[in-house]
Amino acid sequence: MIEHIDLSLINWSRAQFALTAMYHWLFVPLTLGLAFIVAIMETIYVRTGDVEWKKITKFWMILFGINFAIGVSTGIILEFEFGTNWSNYSWFVGDIFGAPLAIEGIMAFFMESTFIAVMFFGWNKVSKKFHLLSSWLTAFGANLSALWILVANGWMQYPVGMQFNPDTARNEMMNFWDVIFSPIGINKFLHTITSAYVLSAIFVVGISAWFLIRKRHILFSKRSIIVASVFGLVSSLYLVWSGDGSAYQVAQKQPMKLAAMEGLYNGQKSAGIIVFGVLNPEKEYTNDEEPHLFKMEIPKLLSFLGYRNADAFVPGIKDIIEGGYEYLDENGKKQSAISTDEKIERGKIALASLAKYKEAKDAGNDSLKIAHRKTLEENFQYFGYGFLNDPKSIVPNIPLVFYSFHIMVALAFWFILIFVLALYFVYKDQIVTKKWFLRLAFLTIPLAYIAQQCGWIVAEVGRQPWVIQDIMPTVAAVSQIDTRAVQITFFLFLIVFTGLLIAEISIMSKQIKTGPKDS
Amino acid sequence: MTTDTTYILLQQYWWFIISLLGALLVFLLFVQGGQTLIYSLGKTEDKRKILVNALGRKWEFTFTTLVTFGGAFFASFPLFYSTSFGGAYWVWMAILFCFVLQAVSYEFRTKPNNVLGKKTFEIFLFLNGLLGTILLGTAVGTFFNGAEFTVNKMNITDPSNPVISQWQTNFYGLEAVLNFHNVALGLTVFFLARVLANLYFINSIDDEVIVPKARKSLLINTIPFLVFFLFFVIKLLIKDGFAVNEGTGEIFLEKFKYLHNLIEMPLILMLFLFGVVGVLMGLALTLIKNSTKGIWYSGAGTILTVLALFLIAGLNNTAYYPSNFDLQSSLTIFNSSSSKFTLTVMSVVSLMIPFVVAYIWYTWKSINNTKLTAKELDEDDSLHVY
Ligand code: HDD
Ligand code: HEM
Ligand code: HEM
Repeated sequence: MIEHIDLSLINWSRAQFALTAMYHWLFVPLTLGLAFIVAIMETIYVRTGDVEWKKITKFWMILFGINFAIGVSTGIILEFEFGTNWSNYSWFVGDIFGAPLAIEGIMAFFMESTFIAVMFFGWNKVSKKFHLLSSWLTAFGANLSALWILVANGWMQYPVGMQFNPDTARNEMMNFWDVIFSPIGINKFLHTITSAYVLSAIFVVGISAWFLIRKRHILFSKRSIIVASVFGLVSSLYLVWSGDGSAYQVAQKQPMKLAAMEGLYNGQKSAGIIVFGVLNPEKEYTNDEEPHLFKMEIPKLLSFLGYRNADAFVPGIKDIIEGGYEYLDENGKKQSAISTDEKIERGKIALASLAKYKEAKDAGNDSLKIAHRKTLEENFQYFGYGFLNDPKSIVPNIPLVFYSFHIMVALAFWFILIFVLALYFVYKDQIVTKKWFLRLAFLTIPLAYIAQQCGWIVAEVGRQPWVIQDIMPTVAAVSQIDTRAVQITFFLFLIVFTGLLIAEISIMSKQIKTGPKDS
Repeated sequence: MTTDTTYILLQQYWWFIISLLGALLVFLLFVQGGQTLIYSLGKTEDKRKILVNALGRKWEFTFTTLVTFGGAFFASFPLFYSTSFGGAYWVWMAILFCFVLQAVSYEFRTKPNNVLGKKTFEIFLFLNGLLGTILLGTAVGTFFNGAEFTVNKMNITDPSNPVISQWQTNFYGLEAVLNFHNVALGLTVFFLARVLANLYFINSIDDEVIVPKARKSLLINTIPFLVFFLFFVIKLLIKDGFAVNEGTGEIFLEKFKYLHNLIEMPLILMLFLFGVVGVLMGLALTLIKNSTKGIWYSGAGTILTVLALFLIAGLNNTAYYPSNFDLQSSLTIFNSSSSKFTLTVMSVVSLMIPFVVAYIWYTWKSINNTKLTAKELDEDDSLHVY
C-alpha cells in the first residue's frame, strides 16, 4: 500500500525488465538463426545421403537444444512481467498488446515445441522427409514467435490502429491489420531476425574456425563455414538495408531517439552522420558546449537517410524540447512543432478532461460529458505528457544510446568483412592455413552478442521515458508494489540467470570440445 | 453492463477458452507431479534416468500451455492480468521462478560440465513440482475466496498515483495461504499431479521395477488427493459466492452461489460429474484391474472437472476474481474483458486451436508408438537423452 509512485520503484522495475529482457536476448538470436542453419544442413544430408552431413547437422542440433532450453526459461518471465511489473500498462493497452502475445502462444510456441520433439526424439522413428520437415517447422515456429513479439514491440514505439475509450479508461483496438502491418513493426521484425541470422552465422563460423586451428574435423568445419558464411553474408547485407529502414522509421516516428543516436543537440539542415565520435560529457541541451569532443562525419547523410532528402532539416534535442521547427506530418502537410512545455500542458488538459468526463457521466450530465470528451480527444495525442512535469524528462540517456548505436553499425561492417574473407579463403582453399583469420573469426563471436545487445539498448533506452510513445510514460505504467519486493526479485533473477548462463557456457564449451560424433 | 448480446457471447466464449486452457494445464501438471516422484520411484541412477526421460519428453507441453494460458488471459481479460499479477506479486513470482528453474533442468541435468551438478537440477525439478502445483492451486483458490485489491479506472487521471489496480496488503498475495480453502485446492492439485504422474508412468514405461512401485505410489497419493478434493468441493458448494446483479453490475454475496451455478447450468453439472467419474474410473481400473490405460480416463476426467470448476467461477453472473477488500472492485467477465473488436479478432484466431491440437496429436503418435525402456535409452545413440 503506497500513496505515491516513487522514482526508485520505477527505476528498479525498469532495471528488472532490462535485465530479464537482455538475458532472454542472449539466447534467442542463436535459436532463431541456428534453427535455419541446421535445417539447411539437414536438407543437404537428405538430398545427398552423405552421412558426414548428418554428423554436421546433429552436432549443431545439440548446441541448438542447449541454447533453446535456456531461451525458454528466460522467456516465460518476460511475458508475465507485463502483469507483475507493468500492470497499469497491461490494462491501458492490453486490449491491443495482449493479442499478439496470445497469438504467439497459440501459433508459434506450440509449433516450435512440437516439432522440436520430432527433431530430438524422432531420428529413427519417422521418415527422413518428415524429420526434415520438422526441422524446418521448428525454425519457422521460432521465427513466427519473433514476428508476434516484435509486432507488439513495434506497436509500443508507434501506436496505431487504436482509439482511447474514456468509459473503460483504456485504448481499444480498431484495426488489427494496422497493428500487425505497422511499418515500424515489420521493419523491426526484418531487422531483428536478420540480425539473429548474422549472429548465428558468426557463431558457426567462429566455432568451426576453432576446430580448424586445432586441426580437428577439417571437412566438417569447412562445410559448416561454407553454409554459414553464405547464409551470413546474405543476411548481413539485408541487415544493413533493414537497419537503414529502421533508422528511417525512427527519424519519422521517434525524432528524439534519432537525436540521441547521433548526439544531435541543435537541429540542422543537411545534417551529416557521425561515423566515429566522442561525446562531450559537459554538454547539456541548455548550455553552449560543443556536443562532441571529436567526430568524423559524412556530410548530408543523416538528412538523406532520415528523410530521403539530403537537404532536409533534422531536429535536435533542443528543437524537440523547444519546438518551433517545421516538419511534414503523416499526410505530408507542413506543421510547426509545438514545444514540450505546451505538450505537457495539453497532456494535463487531457487527463483533467477525462476526470471531468467521468464526473459528468456519473452525474448524468450529457452535454457536459460530450464537451469534456471532445476536449479529451483533441488533446489525447499528448496524453502521456500529462504525467510529466519537466521538459527535460523526455531526453533519454544520450551516451548510452549514442555509443550503442555506433558500435552496432560498426560491427555490421566488420561481420560482412569476416564472411567475405571466409568465403574467399575457402574458395582459394587456404582457410586451413590462415591462422590469423581463424583466430579473428573465433574472437568475433562475442562481438556478435555485443552488437545484439547494443541494438536493443538503442531501441529501448532510446525511447525513454515512453513505454508507449507519447501516450504513456514509464511512471504511469508501473505496478504499485513495494520497491523492496522488486529489488529482491531483481537480485534473484540476477543470481539465477547468471548461474544458468555460466552453466550453459560451460556445457556448450564441453560439447564443442568433444566435437561432432560419428553416427 | 453491456446489453450487446454478441459481446456477452464473446465474453463467455473467452471465459470458456481460458477455462479449457486452465483445465489442460492442470492435467499436464502430471509432469510436475512426476518430478516430485523421481526419487521415491527411482532408487537407482538407471531408474531415475528412465523416469526423467519419460517426463522430459512432455515438459514442453505443460510449459507452453502455461505460457499460452497467460497470453490468452492477457488478451481476453486484461484487467485480471493487471490486477492479479501486479498485486499478488509474490505468489506469481514464486510460481514463475520455479518454472524458470525447470525449463533448463532436463536439458542440463546430465550434460558434462554443467557446473551446478546433477543433484541441483534434480532439486530444481522437485521444487517446480512441489511449489508449482501447490501455489498454482492456491492462487486459483482465490477465484472462489477473493483477494485484497481495489480497482479504480479513474486513478489514471492522477499523475502522482495513476495505478488502476491496487493491492491492499503488504504481503502481495501471500495472504492467500491464510485461507485454508485456498490451500486445500493447492494440495488437491499437488496430489492430483502425483496421481496422474503415476498413471502416466504405468502407461508409458516398460520396466518391472518402476511400474509396480508406481502402482503402490498411486494408492498412497490417491488417499490425500480424495480427502483434499472432497473438502474443497463440499466447502465450495456450501459457501457464499460472489454474484453479479445482471442489470446494474453490482456485486453481492449469495448463499450457495456455486451450488446454484451447478444446478442452474445442468450442462456444466454433467461435465463435472462425468469428470469426477472419469478420474475415479481411471483410478479403479488401474488399482483393481491392473490396467495401464488409467491415465486416459483420469486425464480426461481431470480436464472435465477442472473445466467445470472454472466455468462456475465465471459464468452465470458470478464474479470470478472477487475482492474482499472492496466488493464492488471484483472482476467479472464483463467488466474485465477486452473490447468486442479484440475478442472477435481473437475468436477468429482461436479457430486454429483444433488444427494445433491435431498436429500435436499426429506428431506424438508418430514418435511415441512404443513404451520407453532402459534398452532404448542405452542403445539408440541417435536419440536425444536427458
Ligand atoms: C547483429 C546485430 C546487429 C547489427 C550488426 C545491426 N543491428 Fe540494428 N538492431 C539490432 C541488431 C543489429 C537488433 C538487436 O535486432 C535491434 C534492436 C531492436 C530492433 O528492432 O532490432 C536493432 C535496432 C536498430 C535500430 C533501432 C530500431 C528501433 O528503435 O526501433 C536502428 C535504427 C538500427 N538497428 C540500425 C542499424 C544499422 C543502420 C545497422 C548497420 C548498418 C545495424 N542496425 C546493424
Ligand atoms: C529481447 C530483446 C529486448 C531487450 C534486450 C530489451 C531491452 C530493454 C531495456 C534495456 C530496457 C530498459 C530501458 C530503460 O529503462 O532505460 C527495456 C525496457 C522495456 N522493454 Fe525492452 N527489450 C527487449 C524487447 C522488448 C520487447 C519485445 C518488448 C515488448 C513487447 C519490450 C518492452 C519493454 C518494456 C515494457 C520495458 C519497461 C519500461 C521501460 O523501461 O521502458 N522489450 N527493454
Ligand atoms: C519482451 C518481450 C518478450 C516476451 C514477453 C517473450 C516471451 C517468451 C516466452 C514466454 C518464451 C517461452 C516460450 C515457450 O514456452 O516455448 C519465449 C521464448 C522465445 N522467445 Fe521470447 N519473449 C520476448 C522477447 C522476444 C523477442 C524480442 C524475440 C525475437 C525476436 C523472442 C523470440 C523467442 C523465441 C524464438 C523463443 C523460443 C526459445 C528460444 O529462442 O530460446 N522473444 N519468449
